[in-house]
Amino acid sequence: MSDGPTTAPLIEIEHLTKRFGHFTAVDDVSFSVGRGEVLGFLGPNGAGKSTTMRMLAGFMPPTAGTARICGHDVQTDGIAARRTLGFLPEGAPTYPDMTVDGFLRFVAKVRGYRRGDLEERVANAVALTHLELVLPQPIETLSKGFKRRVGLAQALLHDPPVLVLDEPTDGLDPNQKREVRALIATMRPHKAIVISTHILEEVDAVCTRAIVIAAGRVVADETPAELQERHPSGRLEDVFHQLTLEDQKDAA
Amino acid sequence: MSITFIVARRELAGYFATPVASVFIVIFLVLQGALTFNLGNFFSRGLADLNPFFTFIPWVFLLLVPAITMRLWAEERRLGTIELLLSLPITQAQAVVGKFLAAWAFCAIALLLTFPFVVTVNILGNPDNGVIASGYVGALLIAGAFLSVGAAVSAATKNQVIAFVLALAVCFLFAMASYSVVTDFLSQNVPSLAAIARRLAVIDRFQDFTRGVVSARDLVFFASFIVFWLFVNTVIVERTKAD
Repeated sequence: MSDGPTTAPLIEIEHLTKRFGHFTAVDDVSFSVGRGEVLGFLGPNGAGKSTTMRMLAGFMPPTAGTARICGHDVQTDGIAARRTLGFLPEGAPTYPDMTVDGFLRFVAKVRGYRRGDLEERVANAVALTHLELVLPQPIETLSKGFKRRVGLAQALLHDPPVLVLDEPTDGLDPNQKREVRALIATMRPHKAIVISTHILEEVDAVCTRAIVIAAGRVVADETPAELQERHPSGRLEDVFHQLTLEDQKDAA
Repeated sequence: MSITFIVARRELAGYFATPVASVFIVIFLVLQGALTFNLGNFFSRGLADLNPFFTFIPWVFLLLVPAITMRLWAEERRLGTIELLLSLPITQAQAVVGKFLAAWAFCAIALLLTFPFVVTVNILGNPDNGVIASGYVGALLIAGAFLSVGAAVSAATKNQVIAFVLALAVCFLFAMASYSVVTDFLSQNVPSLAAIARRLAVIDRFQDFTRGVVSARDLVFFASFIVFWLFVNTVIVERTKAD
């Protein structure tokens, strides 16, 4: 890809490791993401994608290694790091009793917006994720796709330079998936974005770079085109299978 | 508006968004009324005070406060919203204090709604309203003490039933600490603990307030008790949030 990072990386992860007892969920993962990049984070279930994203969001303390967002260490300078971060946690959790409007206003208030600014931010996030019609509804009454969009709206609300989205299109129908991908593509030039996904076609559609993680380790870090060349068939599915299965053999 | 207050407001609104608030308040008032008027012989005593009311209120709180606190963190962990909340630019202490304040404000609302008792004794006689006021301060403080225990316990589990039962058990220990069952047992077996237990007895401290005595010692006791448990709460959240 010709339009790679233009400035210093907004996300820097160095030797990030997470152990749960004897189990190593994330094993010495390092990468950085610059403005203008959309990094696809691929791997089988349980490979350590969500754990890595949680550590990046400052939610889970790493066993070793560091993560920085816009130069702020997520552990020692967490508040500053989280101000510049929009995070969609796994499963897009939201408060079911709250209305969409109430929830987004809560997030906007916590992020320090008041009055006019607050209205503007909420309206903008609602427009980007097409939530206008469900604003007064309690979140628990919404369909899975709408719930995910509420989670997305919350992450985009403060127009952060860094977006970390854990399976942003999970549960959406094909049209909604296309919309979200288009949204990510329009935001790309101004942000560093990390998305995790199971859907390999998504990598082709929106990502400028892909990292394949298996059993907690990075097994590939390259452009989608380069990734495709790893298998004679040129299909990402075959590459994914090859990379992640080889690793399981190593582990066994 | 500080972040702690924003968190507290959301949490408090959460009680009223569901039937939790109305069920709690109705049960609280019915229980408190039944105990005061029937068991407490409110009328036949022929005294214009709220002593029967204040005798029972710690025990009613003991039973109902864990029902308020059980969801505070357990629900947040079960739904995964804790990940959302703590990845916003707020500190864990702000989240812990905000949630506690919401629960405390809710108890204060329930207590305020007992005003008909105050009105009744004032119509029937000439009570010492200063004593009643200090009794209410004590009631709010003992609710705060139980809430701080319950909130910390709630952070240790994803299961609301476990959070309820554990909070009830721990609060019960603190409530019973001054009763002879506990003190006799301790002084016979572990004398060193008996003295500590007597000092930690929340009911003894509360009774000073119901006699109209608001002492700095008791205020400091309740303040440190609550702060200690909020600290424990923060530590538990830090340790267990990502499990």
